[in-house]
Amino acid sequence: MYTYDTIDKAMLADRSQEFRGQVARRLAGDLTEDQFKPLRLMNGLYLQLHAYMLRVAIPYGSLNPAQLRKLAWIGRTYDKGYGHFTTRTNLQFHWIKLADTPDILDHLASVDMHAIQTSGNCIRNTTTDPYAGATAEEVDDPRVWAEAIRQWSTFHPEFSFLPRKFKIAITAAPKDRTAARVHDIGLVLKRARDGSLGFEVIVGGGMGRTPYVGPTVKEFLPVNRLLSYLEAILRVYNRHGRRDNIYKARIKILVAALGKDEFAKQVEAEWAKIGEGADLPDTELARIRGAFAQTAFETLPAHSEAFEAAKASNPAFARFVRNNLKPHKKAGYGIVEVSLKGIGDTPGDASSEQMEVVADLAERYGLNDIRVTHEQNLVLPHVKLDDVPAVWAALHEAGIATPNINLVSDIIACPGLDYCALANARAIPIAQQIAEKFRDQDRAEKVGELKIKISGCINACGHHHVGHIGILGVDKKGEEFYQLTLGGSGAEDAAVGSMLGPALPYEKVADAVDTLVDVYLRERQDGERFLDTFRRTGVTPFKEAVYADAH
Amino acid sequence: MPTLIELKDGVCRTLDDAFTHVADDEDMASGDVIVSLTRFQSEGEGLLSEGRRVGVRLKAEEEVEALAYDLPRVSVVALEFPKYRDGRAYTNARLVRERFKYKAQVRAVGDVLREQAGFMVRVGFDAFEPADDASANEWQAAVHRYRHVYQRSADGRAPAFAEREA
Repeated sequence: MYTYDTIDKAMLADRSQEFRGQVARRLAGDLTEDQFKPLRLMNGLYLQLHAYMLRVAIPYGSLNPAQLRKLAWIGRTYDKGYGHFTTRTNLQFHWIKLADTPDILDHLASVDMHAIQTSGNCIRNTTTDPYAGATAEEVDDPRVWAEAIRQWSTFHPEFSFLPRKFKIAITAAPKDRTAARVHDIGLVLKRARDGSLGFEVIVGGGMGRTPYVGPTVKEFLPVNRLLSYLEAILRVYNRHGRRDNIYKARIKILVAALGKDEFAKQVEAEWAKIGEGADLPDTELARIRGAFAQTAFETLPAHSEAFEAAKASNPAFARFVRNNLKPHKKAGYGIVEVSLKGIGDTPGDASSEQMEVVADLAERYGLNDIRVTHEQNLVLPHVKLDDVPAVWAALHEAGIATPNINLVSDIIACPGLDYCALANARAIPIAQQIAEKFRDQDRAEKVGELKIKISGCINACGHHHVGHIGILGVDKKGEEFYQLTLGGSGAEDAAVGSMLGPALPYEKVADAVDTLVDVYLRERQDGERFLDTFRRTGVTPFKEAVYADAH
Repeated sequence: MPTLIELKDGVCRTLDDAFTHVADDEDMASGDVIVSLTRFQSEGEGLLSEGRRVGVRLKAEEEVEALAYDLPRVSVVALEFPKYRDGRAYTNARLVRERFKYKAQVRAVGDVLREQAGFMVRVGFDAFEPADDASANEWQAAVHRYRHVYQRSADGRAPAFAEREA
């Protein structure tokens, strides 16, 4: 893993000191809330319905045990004993006092963490594959480039006041776990026929009011030209992106208005003027790459007696293995998904105790490596198969071994009306009701992969557009209603979901999902996922079933 | 007259501004003036022939490329921030320095706040008309808040990767 050097540490110390001064000026009344707002937003501090919310950055979703323990400690000391992992692989504390924030930033800095660029119209946390460095699917380690972008984008002098926020995702595997095609920029690492590495560059995807699957603007960008090309994209966007309407300010609107070819042409012209001088020197790339060099794996047999015995004797463990254990590139290892989607829990929440359990397991069994997924779970990417039973037992004890990864109850939900001032409707209770419907794990497994995503408003923080079933909270004359969409995907087969029919009242949503699943089980052919069946049959059978009562 | 803060050799000082901003609908002032791009294009030749120094004020949506040919005759490039969060002037400043090698004053005007001082200096601004009554000392502190930088930019500071190699 990348380790911060004295320069990286000095950046955080300087930032923390700057914010301490700004908070002092606010508390002394030298700054009004209006004047303070842009300053606190630069440090990830939002004012929500009930309290301040602090969003801590977790660059490319990668944590070590000391960092996760510190987050747990902050949650216990300054919040209500928990934190919320987000779809940007960050962590939010929802009950923070303003006067505590400078100390919190210092505590974060003590473990090389911060809240830089977790809000504002700047380049946000770059996300990548949570299985990076562990999956055999990837062509190379995408974290190298995520770290290069982290440094390049931090306090970027030219691109810190963009028309709107800007999100980049990098995947190096054909199976896309980053939703790259619905990002402002999606980068797909590939190998050319001659063996050289390059990126497919996708620009202008996004969700919100106007969802788009982003077009590819460059088929193959040599990896070492990444930063100059990003600079060209950001410069075209900074100059020409709309600033007159917040809802039309994302780069997707510019790309759609110009057309992908014209946009690509403008970027190419700017890129030619920028030249190679803006790229990282090979020495720095090598330094970063060295930090992600091969983890200290042992040479193990592919078969583990202890693992097989536990599977045979314990059905609950076997179920966990079927759903939460993913193949590792090294024989004798596995990737363990830690579910933060316990039935009845708030999706993405983890208590301080749960964080500490995961930190301990990573230290003891997981080569000190922890990842956050954009689907709001945690991952222990390197666990020996021999150790998986012990890891499962500890996770089970802590209530975070729910065997539901990619299943119907592995739901993304935004904080919704329970926390957020923008929301029209609650999201978390809807997720909880749906999860309750599928409490029967046999049934949930029979249903198989089904991604439900819930947003409390059109800003789409819950990614409803790319849910196999998407649920959007809308306000109808002061009452909560929910618009369902079907057939979306944020993966390599990205698509924006299409509308099922009229919005449903709060109390009908979970039943409607139940009905949709029944239709799928009735219609599905040999091993189809919900998404595949929907794409084959179209909306009609689903629509008829859900609205049958109304006729 | 608004305060003018100038950054020279790493030090911020308050100065009396020798230039007068002249809006398009105002009568021409005497002495050194800063005018809009439109006005410069129609009246610049005359003003320069009178032997005075002339600066050009670009709106956020005007691109510095439009001024490229005239830069050698322009004494100040003033770039407007209609709101502090409108970041287009950062690109204009960086390009006028890096791409067009402009050496004279690049001035930040409009909603110019000390919280953005560090960014402004990095893209090549060296004069500021603060909208928040910041003093030269406060500006100085804001400019030098960070000991390191991660990117190459117009200020020529060595980025982290270069420091690491040294």
